[in-house]
Amino acid sequence: MSLDTAPPPAKQQRRGTPPAPKGLGAAARWARRAPLLPALIFTIIVTQLPFVATLIISVLRWNSLDPDNRGFAGFDNYAAVFTDPNLRSSIVTTVLLTVVVVVVCLVLGLGLALLLDQKFRGRGLVRTMLIAPFLVVPVAAALLWKHALYNPEYGLFNGALTWIWSLFGADRPPQPEWISDMPLVAVEASLVWQWTPFMMLILLAGLQSRPMDVVEAARIDGATPWQIFRHLTFPHLRQYLELGGLLGSIYIVQNFDAVFTITSGGLGTANLPYTIYQTFYQAHDYGQASAAGVVVVIGSLIIANFALRVVSSLLKDEVK
Amino acid sequence: MRRLVGVAAWFSAILFFAPVAWMVLTSLHSEPDAATNPPSLGAPLTLQGYEEFFGASTGQSPWPPLINSFSASISSTIVVLLLAIPAAYALSIKKVEKWTDVMFFFLSTKMLPVVAGLLPIYLVAQFTGMLDNISFLVILYTSMNLPIAVWLMRSFLAEVPPEILEAASIDGAGLITTLRRVVAPIAMPGIAATALICFIFSWNELLFARVLTGVVAGTAPVFLTGFVTSQGLFLAKVCAAATVVSLPVLIAGFAAQDKLVQGLSLGAVK
Repeated sequence: MSLDTAPPPAKQQRRGTPPAPKGLGAAARWARRAPLLPALIFTIIVTQLPFVATLIISVLRWNSLDPDNRGFAGFDNYAAVFTDPNLRSSIVTTVLLTVVVVVVCLVLGLGLALLLDQKFRGRGLVRTMLIAPFLVVPVAAALLWKHALYNPEYGLFNGALTWIWSLFGADRPPQPEWISDMPLVAVEASLVWQWTPFMMLILLAGLQSRPMDVVEAARIDGATPWQIFRHLTFPHLRQYLELGGLLGSIYIVQNFDAVFTITSGGLGTANLPYTIYQTFYQAHDYGQASAAGVVVVIGSLIIANFALRVVSSLLKDEVK
Repeated sequence: MRRLVGVAAWFSAILFFAPVAWMVLTSLHSEPDAATNPPSLGAPLTLQGYEEFFGASTGQSPWPPLINSFSASISSTIVVLLLAIPAAYALSIKKVEKWTDVMFFFLSTKMLPVVAGLLPIYLVAQFTGMLDNISFLVILYTSMNLPIAVWLMRSFLAEVPPEILEAASIDGAGLITTLRRVVAPIAMPGIAATALICFIFSWNELLFARVLTGVVAGTAPVFLTGFVTSQGLFLAKVCAAATVVSLPVLIAGFAAQDKLVQGLSLGAVK
């Protein structure tokens, strides 16, 4: 990856078309395309058709409990989505959850990456230990946090509080009910724990791809560590921060496992994926569930538009 | 300064690793020892939690879900590789025209939230009688991982130096020979890493499995959702369950450690 920010994809593609395929005969062009076609056709059928179907169902009146009353509903389902207090609050929850988790992960990930970029004893082991949270199956991680850490009676958090208080000879340590006192924070904390390693890995790769000769030259010229960070490291890291933030947003926006497991969507933690799941599973209102799905797609496309620009920069090396 | 960095790094590593260590330790305690406050770190170790998890008293064995997870993850990974490797070849070595457009199409499918397609997919499964069927999950997991695999494999194949390919063709090597003798050895670590990452994503998947499977085809994460509501003294059993189900991912993840970040960033970060 190079230092400057990415040009928009459209411009990319125009420059990106390699000259080689031009001037080939039709048969030769199809021979080139042949290895690509199975994957392309499979992807179009399995990933695009459901969204077309969702779009169509979203303008229908269709409840599986009332199958005879089916028909065209126009934008009624969308009106219902935007006036339904549950769905509206789940949009807010989704935004809050995503922003908090991604920002905290980025800050912690940056700190850890800066530490791991230094030399110290046992660096390899530290790196391995830091990756471990990311490699716990998400449902298992959520169960672990819910039962083994947050449980007010025997969870590790309250257990540690009891232990620390007893160290100082104090009794009656605080024993908060973590999940019911701060439900959204509880979900966020478990996600931060799982996703910080991901950010750390991306930012560490960014740090290690810095042109060290420039950093060395700056140091010889008497630049302080802060000046080096501010004027060399940070600008270089910027696109890695963007990449981490955007990929993280794409994954966290879609999070279902943590919300489902830790709070079962209760106490104001239901995000959009959970709410759609619930509408579909419990209320059987297919039209409204689809309309909510379309809203999620539109939201994701807005994020994706930015994400594609950032990621497109990686094709640039080859395109030039 | 160096000492301070080391202390800070070790401190954060221990902090982040503690829940994992606690999970494993608790899984090896007896139920009463697992549920004490303050925690009993030095309690005697036992395999009771694991015995309980594997159905000693309830008779509900986790083996069918574990086997379902293995077959869904491994089959879909194989299909993904069979589709992605030729596609990546057509996007890197012998490029089709407008290959960047194709790449961005694959990537854009990853940005659409799967939950939005849940209903039509469910209806298709219901209509074709594929509800509670592993094969249907395999198709979905393949589509979920194919874009990642195409991007990754392309970034690995793009590392094959064109001079070598030219030299091979001058020496009269055909397509198959070139692929087998020149491309495959260079791309092999990349293929392995791609396979491991696809395996992890399929193994972890909950939403589709939960909606589309039942008693027959339920996967390990679906089995774990049985522990969402607490059931008396069951902490050691939960921790044993979480450890067992996470073990394949931990192994695959550490095996792919060096390529993990490249895989998760779709090949964007090397």
